[in-house]
Amino acid sequence: MYQYNEVDQALVKQRVAQFRDQTRRFLDGKLTEDQFRPLRLMNGLYLQTHAPMLRIAIPYGLLSSEQLRMLAQITREYDKGYAHFTTRQNIQLNWPALERVPDILADLASVQMHAIQTSGNCIRNVTSDPLAGIAADELEDPRPYCEIIRQWSTLHPEFAFLPRKFKIAVSGASSDRAATQVHDIGLHLVQSSQGETGFEVLVGGGLGRTPVIGQVIRPFLEKKHLLSYLEAILRVYNRLGRRDNKYRARIKITVRETGLDKFRELVEAEWTRIRGSMEVEVERYEEMQAYFSMPAYKEAVEPHQALQRNQNQDAGFATWLRYNTTEHKVPGYSAVYLSLKAPDVPPGDITESQLDTVATLADRYSFGQVRTTHRQNLVLADVRQSELFDLWQKLVSLNLATPNIGTLTDIICCPGLDFCSLANAGSIEIAAEINKVFDDIDYLQDLGDIKINISGCMNGCGHQSVGHIGILGVDKKGVEWYQITLGGSSHNEAAIGKRLGPAVSKAKLVDTLSKILHVYTENRTTDEPFLDTMNRIGIQPFKERVYANH
Amino acid sequence: MQIIKHAKIVSDHWTHVADGPIPSEGCISVSFARWKDQRTELLSRVDALGLRVSSEDPIEEVADDLDRFQMIGLDFPVFTDGRLFSVARTLRDQYGYQGEIRAMGGFIRDQIFFLSRVGVNSFEMEEGSDLHGALSALDDFSVNYQVSSDGR
Repeated sequence: MYQYNEVDQALVKQRVAQFRDQTRRFLDGKLTEDQFRPLRLMNGLYLQTHAPMLRIAIPYGLLSSEQLRMLAQITREYDKGYAHFTTRQNIQLNWPALERVPDILADLASVQMHAIQTSGNCIRNVTSDPLAGIAADELEDPRPYCEIIRQWSTLHPEFAFLPRKFKIAVSGASSDRAATQVHDIGLHLVQSSQGETGFEVLVGGGLGRTPVIGQVIRPFLEKKHLLSYLEAILRVYNRLGRRDNKYRARIKITVRETGLDKFRELVEAEWTRIRGSMEVEVERYEEMQAYFSMPAYKEAVEPHQALQRNQNQDAGFATWLRYNTTEHKVPGYSAVYLSLKAPDVPPGDITESQLDTVATLADRYSFGQVRTTHRQNLVLADVRQSELFDLWQKLVSLNLATPNIGTLTDIICCPGLDFCSLANAGSIEIAAEINKVFDDIDYLQDLGDIKINISGCMNGCGHQSVGHIGILGVDKKGVEWYQITLGGSSHNEAAIGKRLGPAVSKAKLVDTLSKILHVYTENRTTDEPFLDTMNRIGIQPFKERVYANH
Repeated sequence: MQIIKHAKIVSDHWTHVADGPIPSEGCISVSFARWKDQRTELLSRVDALGLRVSSEDPIEEVADDLDRFQMIGLDFPVFTDGRLFSVARTLRDQYGYQGEIRAMGGFIRDQIFFLSRVGVNSFEMEEGSDLHGALSALDDFSVNYQVSSDGR
């Protein structure tokens, strides 16, 4: 993984000093709340319902065991002993004290971490594929490009006060595991007809109140022009994006109101002017790629025999193997998902002792690295198949082996009313309720790939609009109601879910889900996933069943 | 009043003229609208001329006139409106403007470092501001991932 040099280290240290000074001036009354707000947000700090919330950046979701241990220590020392992984591969603390945040940042800087641009109207932490570098369907590892984008966007002097937040995701595989189509800029590594690798550039995707699928602004961008093209898009957006209404300020609205063709024309004009002075040299890419070279894999050792024996011995292991591991491009290795969706735990939450033990497991089984995923789980990416049984046993005792990856209970969920001052309704309790009712593992496995996404308000941090089943909390005269959408997806076939009908009450929500699932199981053909059935039969049969007695 | 210019605290000699009468002598700055309105008249002046630009002013329209101005003031409506950062960059990089670019209006000290990287070289803060503190903000960072307008 990328290792800081002196420049990187100096930069995060100086940012800590700058933020310490800003916090002090705020506490001394020399910065007003209105002045401090954008400054603290640019450092991931929200003032929330109960306490400040600090969002820490995990660039493209990659963590070392040393960094995990520091996160464990920070949650112990400054918080309540747990933390929460987000849909953008970051991690959040829910209970830090404002005056101690600079100390947290200093501790983070000591392990090459920071909270820079994890919130605010600036370029956010760049996200990517949690299976980067190991996926069989990958054209090229996206992480070297992510790191180059991270550096370019970090404390970019021109783009710190954009009309609104700005999110970039990069995917190098044919299967889009980074939700690139719902980002402000989505980058896909693709091959030109001449066999040259470059980027397909999407612009104007986004979730929130007005979910939009990104559109192709440039089908093929030569690698050397990566940063100049991004800079051109950002400059045009910074000048053109609306400042009069924050709900119309994202680039998706700019592109819609300007028209994609006109927007492209403006970007390309700016790009043509600046691209000569901003080329990324081949050597720079090579230097970066060296940081992400393959670890020292061992020869495969009769993996199939050992695995088969273990599976025959233990049905629980066999089930876990099927749902929580995935193929690796190197024979004899698997990638392992650590489920942060145990039935009794808020989705994405992890305790300090789990963080510490995961660090130990990463050292023992996976070259000392862990990845975070868009769906709020963790991945040990390089596990020898011969060690899967050992690892599974340890994960079971850690409560990180719930075999539900990709099933109904692998729920994306925002913190909701319990923690967030923006929320209209609870979301964690809905996830808990779903877990309580749908607790039959055989039924979940029979249902197969169903993605439920829950947000406690229309800002959409839980990505409800791209859930196969999306659940959105709304406030009706002080009572929590839930609006349901069906058929959304952030994968290759990206789509915004269609609204089922009027919102349902909290008491009826799980019953409504049962009805939706019944319509699916009654109508599916053999092995047909939920999304395909929904797309084939349409939303009407679901509507009819759910609202039959209304 | 005192301002920061070329990383020093200095006395300022500019008069920012609003809608009222234009003094016959001395360095004055006018708004974008006034320049468009009274261009010929303003060009007949002997003393130096400055232009004040706000976020929504289409600077493209005065691209050919830029060498008439010794100073261009970026007049921030509020500090969170970042359009003028791109305007500064465009003035320096695209139009090659060499004169003084001044931040004025609603910007805050915590933006001074970034502003200095996109081509702003003077800072006019509201009366009573801590100019020494503001001056130190120019040194907030000794390292950068991006190249500044003046090649630093």
